[in-house]
Amino acid sequence: MYSYSEFDSAFLAARNDQFRRQVQRRIDGSLTEEEFRPLRLMNGLYLQLHAYMLRVAIPYGTLSGGQMRQLAFIADKWDKGYGHFTTRQNIQYNWPKLPDVPDMLDSLAEVNMHAIQTSGNTIRNVTADHFAGAAADEIADPRPVAELIRQWSTDHPEFQFLPRKFKVAVTGSETDRAVTRAHDIGLRMVRRDGAAGFEVIVGGGLGRTPVIGKVINDFLPQQDLLPYLESIVSVYNLLGRRDNKYKARIKITVNENGLETYRDLVEKRFAEIRPQFKGIDQQMLAAIEAQFASPAFRTASLDGYQTAYDADPVFRSWADTNLAAHKAEGYAIVTVSLKAHGQTPGDASSDQMRVLADLAEIYGHNELRISHEQNVILPHIHKSDLPALHAALKSAGLATANIGLISDIIACPGMDYCALATARAIPVAQQIAERFDALKLEHEVGPLKIKISGCINACGHHHVGHIGILGLDRAGVENYQITLGGDGSEDTVIGERAGPGFAYDEIVDAIERIIRAYLEQRDSPEETFLMAYRRLGSAPFKAALYPEAARKNAA
Amino acid sequence: MPRPFTPKVITANALLEGDVVYFTQADGWTRHLADAELIDDEAHAQLRLLDAERQQNQVVGVYLADVSAGQDGPQPTHFREEFRRTGPSNYFHGKQAEVA
Repeated sequence: MYSYSEFDSAFLAARNDQFRRQVQRRIDGSLTEEEFRPLRLMNGLYLQLHAYMLRVAIPYGTLSGGQMRQLAFIADKWDKGYGHFTTRQNIQYNWPKLPDVPDMLDSLAEVNMHAIQTSGNTIRNVTADHFAGAAADEIADPRPVAELIRQWSTDHPEFQFLPRKFKVAVTGSETDRAVTRAHDIGLRMVRRDGAAGFEVIVGGGLGRTPVIGKVINDFLPQQDLLPYLESIVSVYNLLGRRDNKYKARIKITVNENGLETYRDLVEKRFAEIRPQFKGIDQQMLAAIEAQFASPAFRTASLDGYQTAYDADPVFRSWADTNLAAHKAEGYAIVTVSLKAHGQTPGDASSDQMRVLADLAEIYGHNELRISHEQNVILPHIHKSDLPALHAALKSAGLATANIGLISDIIACPGMDYCALATARAIPVAQQIAERFDALKLEHEVGPLKIKISGCINACGHHHVGHIGILGLDRAGVENYQITLGGDGSEDTVIGERAGPGFAYDEIVDAIERIIRAYLEQRDSPEETFLMAYRRLGSAPFKAALYPEAARKNAA
Repeated sequence: MPRPFTPKVITANALLEGDVVYFTQADGWTRHLADAELIDDEAHAQLRLLDAERQQNQVVGVYLADVSAGQDGPQPTHFREEFRRTGPSNYFHGKQAEVA
């Protein structure tokens, strides 16, 4: 894992000291809110519905045990004893008080963490495949490149006042677990004739106008990465619309100007700035790569694992659902669900964080990941340790066997916390999870991704949910629109709106009707919801959602 | 025809704590909606908004929120204001825990 250099630590200490004095000046009245607001946003501090909210970056989703323990400490000391993991690999504290925030930031700095550029019109936290460095299908670990981008983009003088926020995601596998096509820039590592490079995707994004990113360069050699990124963002910085917030993202810039024009401008800019990159960036990348060396994997007997698997149905169910293939023999990638039925998706108590930190240190080569699906990953667990790990998770309420199933729901904070939200998202997720748990249908339904956003900005990725739910305010009442057939994988598809929305007390029933229609109409248990939807189209699901309209049409 | 004026309160978030506060008749801030000044005249609302906005060292994000006059003082008419005076629905945190 990357550990801060003297330069990094000094930079962060200076920045935190600067912000401490800015907070003091706001409190003593020397700064107005108008003056202070951009300063606090640059440091991840929002003012939400009931309180301030501090958003802390977890770069490319990677944490050590010590860092996780510090997040727990911060939650206990300055918040309400929990944290919320987000769809962009951040953690949010929902209840900080303004005078405490500088201390929280200093506390984060102690473990090489910060909240810089987690808000504002800047390049945000760089996200990556949460299985990075562990996945069996990986070309290369994307995290060194993500760290290089983090260093390049942090406090980049040209990019502190972009037309709008800017999000970059990197994946090192064919299987896209980082939703790269829904980012302002998505990078997919590829190899051509043995050389490492990237497929560069621009102009993807969800929100008000969902757009699937377009390939601007199908093979960018690795050594050209930073100048090419700088060219893309530089062109956007000049061309992006600042007159209309809703047209300011790069997806609109690319669509309005055309991909060809945009590419030409990028190439022109690239020709200008490429000579300024004299290879220091590649030397830095090599030094970073050395810090991401694979842990020393061990070999051990799998007998204990097999015995537990055969004997304990609870363990077996969890192993079948929450494990993924690891590149090293005898190892597994463990996804720890933060979606216990009825709980808030993505929330972990400080006690749970400490358990996860301990388990990472004992069994997991001291590594943890946060996924954009709001779960925690223990990326390197030897299978012989799984029974003990599972037992420890179980006693901490962390052994829910539901990864990729109907209750593994992404939900944004919605109107329970967010000042922008138009409706609640969390209780809808809680109720759907509880309903299908009570019906004991979850495992029968099989792989299904439900994603819920509490407003059109789509932080809950509803457009790419197999079933997406969007909460709106319709004439002063919460109303939920359903989209069907979305897909956030490498075959990114934007879901199709099913029809009129449902009231808060109707939405869970509506989801159940969709699921019952699927169960009735699927070919076999092997045909997933998404496969069935693609085969059957939306008609049977719409008929299930709107039985009265279906009856009228039939009459 | 201009729309008829509906009753309002002035609300904001406290600068230090960040929690929801309401403007009172005495030019102060209260954590209880029941103690807020109920404003039923448009011109008066604009004047009171200016008074409230002058208190930048105490609050952030001052605005007029719709309410109706109830027996226990002003009542929210929109669910957003109902949540603001209560707290989140997933945990017993925020106003519901503190005011009780």
